[in-house]
Amino acid sequence: MTTETMAKGATPNTGALKRQPPVRRRKKRPGTYISRAGIILAGLIFFFPFLWMVATSLKPTSEVFSTGSNFLASRVEWSNYVTAWTAIPFAQVIANSFLVSIAGAVLTTVVSLLSAYAFARLQFKHRDKLFLVFLGTLVLPQEVLVIPLYIMMNKLDLVNSLPALIVPFAFGAFGAFLIRQFLLSLPVEFEEAARIDGAGSLRILWSVILPLVRAPLAVVAVFSFIDYWSSFLWPLIVINDVSQATIPLGLSMFSGERGTDWGPLMAAATVAVIPSLLVVILLQRQLVKGVSMGGFGGR
Amino acid sequence: MTALPTLAVKNAKKPARVTGHGKLAAVYLAPGMLGFLIFIVVPLVASLVISLFDWPLFGTPKFVGLENYTRMLTGDPVFWTVLGNTLFFAVSYTVLNLVLALAVSTWLHTLGSWGPFFRVLFFIPVVTPMVANALVWRLMLTDDGVVNSFLATFGIHGPSWLSNSQLAMGSLIAMSLWQGIGYNIIVLGAGLNGISPNLLEAARIDGAGAWQRFFRVVLPMLSPSLFFCTVMTIIGSFKVFTQPYLLTLGGPGESTNTIVLYLYRNGFSFDKLGYASALAWALFVIVMLITALQFSQQKRLVNYDN
Repeated sequence: MTTETMAKGATPNTGALKRQPPVRRRKKRPGTYISRAGIILAGLIFFFPFLWMVATSLKPTSEVFSTGSNFLASRVEWSNYVTAWTAIPFAQVIANSFLVSIAGAVLTTVVSLLSAYAFARLQFKHRDKLFLVFLGTLVLPQEVLVIPLYIMMNKLDLVNSLPALIVPFAFGAFGAFLIRQFLLSLPVEFEEAARIDGAGSLRILWSVILPLVRAPLAVVAVFSFIDYWSSFLWPLIVINDVSQATIPLGLSMFSGERGTDWGPLMAAATVAVIPSLLVVILLQRQLVKGVSMGGFGGR
Repeated sequence: MTALPTLAVKNAKKPARVTGHGKLAAVYLAPGMLGFLIFIVVPLVASLVISLFDWPLFGTPKFVGLENYTRMLTGDPVFWTVLGNTLFFAVSYTVLNLVLALAVSTWLHTLGSWGPFFRVLFFIPVVTPMVANALVWRLMLTDDGVVNSFLATFGIHGPSWLSNSQLAMGSLIAMSLWQGIGYNIIVLGAGLNGISPNLLEAARIDGAGAWQRFFRVVLPMLSPSLFFCTVMTIIGSFKVFTQPYLLTLGGPGESTNTIVLYLYRNGFSFDKLGYASALAWALFVIVMLITALQFSQQKRLVNYDN
């Protein structure tokens, strides 16, 4: 059953479905059912940590371990969510996360589009060399940069500020690379036509290119949003005041303060996971495209 | 946009009539390249400079030449421990990740319309915040956590997954696989979708069995995706930080301490920014060497003509 059905649809199977001639469908063999049962089981095991997170978030802390591997405790403890909400300034932390992630995504996308346009469509000295150098930083670990960046933020008096979370990581090569590759696959004729009609380059970018590159722009925006949303090391370094924290840092601070208070901790974790879950469900197409272009890679 | 992963860079065509947009290009490139310069190039060079100093968080830096490097290489056994740990993590994680992702994506490929759903399911932990993921694993793996309760129902007395020095690294690798495998499943899935069914059918008609088709047709056709996954996974695995920081604190002893965790502690707990920068450059050099090695082997290992 491994590569057997990989040629799916290649051979018309006339055994089971004789009355639907042109539809190339393969007869379901018993192996298929075993395989499907197997993947459901694998999927459930894989998803288990999230189920356990939610289950624990609804248990009284005193029963977190005494319930063993049961999902339910003696009662449903909704108050964990209230505790989490008030123990750290959670509303503030969530607002910070949204602000940082949205501002970061917008900044990254705009900057990437402008660079991509220049690299794909304009002609200037050393263009391809410059692009390769820029692209090389795709594999540069950002961990290498955090110490000088911290000193820089310290000198600029930006430690403990949201701009320090947003600005330094908006200039990676991923977005520009992705949009540039897409632009190169587009015909230049639209732009040529607009130019002949007397449109300036900014006008061309705005009214001709922008509508055509919505798809890759969405990919870049989604990826940088998630990068900012999940980022931990940099906030841990540059923020030490919980009122400026984003969700991962807030969670970590919360666990540092009340490391064994698992009910509220898992309630906070559940709240942190939900937006990402929505992103995955709603934006799968963009994610699949972005992953194939190296999103979440080096940076 | 191609859905196929590739590390081959297309070259931009030169526009037919117009030549030279120097000034215009400068305007468009200004934000991106200024940011690139200020937040990537300058810090990269600066970290090399800082690594030559004894540099406290507050106070005056003192030039010490290569002392941080000599200490790192000859006077600090912890460096070699964390380097060994990181290498061990990177190799085991990358190999297991690729083998499992290849198996799972091949499996999902046979499942027809079910495939995409499970592909997305396996991708969820890639996107959810690592901190939340790590915390729930810490809960599950504590001595009286759900994993050991489950084992206890079979009469097995479960070990201390996170505080036993034999097991802690394995637990980190398991957690990281769960966290990261969905990425490669997606990339390899896209690669598998790009293989023409006719090719496999031709191999079948020529009498190739399932395994033969897999190793002789599917794997070579998949080599660009596999190469891409290997590069990305190895680079990512050298940067491992959040898992040991939250699950084991690098312990027990130094058994799960990694380069980036050690870098972070030197910089921000031990107040040695200079030494931390030397560690950062060690990381940088290692990652660049591995990437260069991989790309130099690319022609030999990867089949780009399909």
